[in-house]
Amino acid sequence: MSPVSYLFGVVAALAVFLLVVEMLRRRRLRERHALWWLIAGVLALVVGLFPGLLDWAAKLLGVGQPTNLVFFVSIAILVMICLQHSSELTVVENKTRTLAEHVAMQNERIQRLEAALDAAEDGRNGGRAEGAR
Amino acid sequence: MNAALNRTLIVLPAFNEEASVAKVVREIEAVLPGVRCVVIDDGSSDRTAQAAAAAGAEVLRLPFNLGVGGAMRLGFRYALANGFDNVVQIDADGQHDPAAVPALLDELETADVVMGARFAGVGDYEVRGPRKWAMRVLAVVLSRVARAKLTDTTSGFRASGPKAVRLFAAHYPAEYLGDTIEALVIAGRSGCVVRQVPVEMRVRTGGTPSHNPWKSTVYLGRAGIALIFALIRPKSTLRVGTATP
Repeated sequence: MSPVSYLFGVVAALAVFLLVVEMLRRRRLRERHALWWLIAGVLALVVGLFPGLLDWAAKLLGVGQPTNLVFFVSIAILVMICLQHSSELTVVENKTRTLAEHVAMQNERIQRLEAALDAAEDGRNGGRAEGAR
Repeated sequence: MNAALNRTLIVLPAFNEEASVAKVVREIEAVLPGVRCVVIDDGSSDRTAQAAAAAGAEVLRLPFNLGVGGAMRLGFRYALANGFDNVVQIDADGQHDPAAVPALLDELETADVVMGARFAGVGDYEVRGPRKWAMRVLAVVLSRVARAKLTDTTSGFRASGPKAVRLFAAHYPAEYLGDTIEALVIAGRSGCVVRQVPVEMRVRTGGTPSHNPWKSTVYLGRAGIALIFALIRPKSTLRVGTATP
């Protein structure tokens, strides 16, 4: 491995890691969503710094091409992130549904209260027609 | 008025039904005078809500479309919040005859969920092909889960008693087919007594039942998936809290 490609790997991993940390710091990303990205960043950084570790892990797992292990782990992490997003979407949809129900019920209640208020005001004004409503 | 009718809320889920909803509401008022009737406008883009309100129904407007199940859960929650014991679902397309409601409520005296089932051979309602197989398989499986003989499990004409109203207010599914299939599984697994009463169905005022074989096959698949997941869901997800939702 040439020093350039070594440096390239380390810098790319570092960039991902720092981006995630910075987004967390600025509250653009919640911890629960950042977990898998942090794991990916740390793994990439470790493998970038110590490429020997990758060869060792590939041999240990019987993976012929160490780069295939990189692809496998990357895809696995992306799948986990997608799953987590689908799951979060379901939770959010349920919350939206409950909110929509509340909005519908409150609107109906407001209309009923307004009608009752109008009726009461009409009664006070001796049945005189109200201009403003 | 029937005493049970006094404690009953009629719920009409309506999505773009401005053509028929007013007629159905007036018919309910004519056949069952004094009964409280609420139309759930499920995010319609037409004048469904105005038509229903003009006909004298209470109207709850959902800000966007949730599907029949979503509209019905709101109906159950509204019933619970306003002290109703029973909920009767009637479709806003004029398919269900409100005159059958007392029969459903009579059966509700000894049951928690009563289905209005389309008579075999009565009316124009007929299905063929994959859709028919799907309905038959559903009838067999759901009859076992609900411990009752059910022939028409996809009927939207149903009455729910106090126990079922509390259960459905918390757990009525919004998924596609959830309102028909999964709701029955939820009721059966929660120990609700399910019965069916034969009722006559009328031809829908608008729209025709789909006979496209491809659509029917998709329906079969989705119904199967909905059924399987309803059956393997852990029982803990069906708990009903003591607090009103």
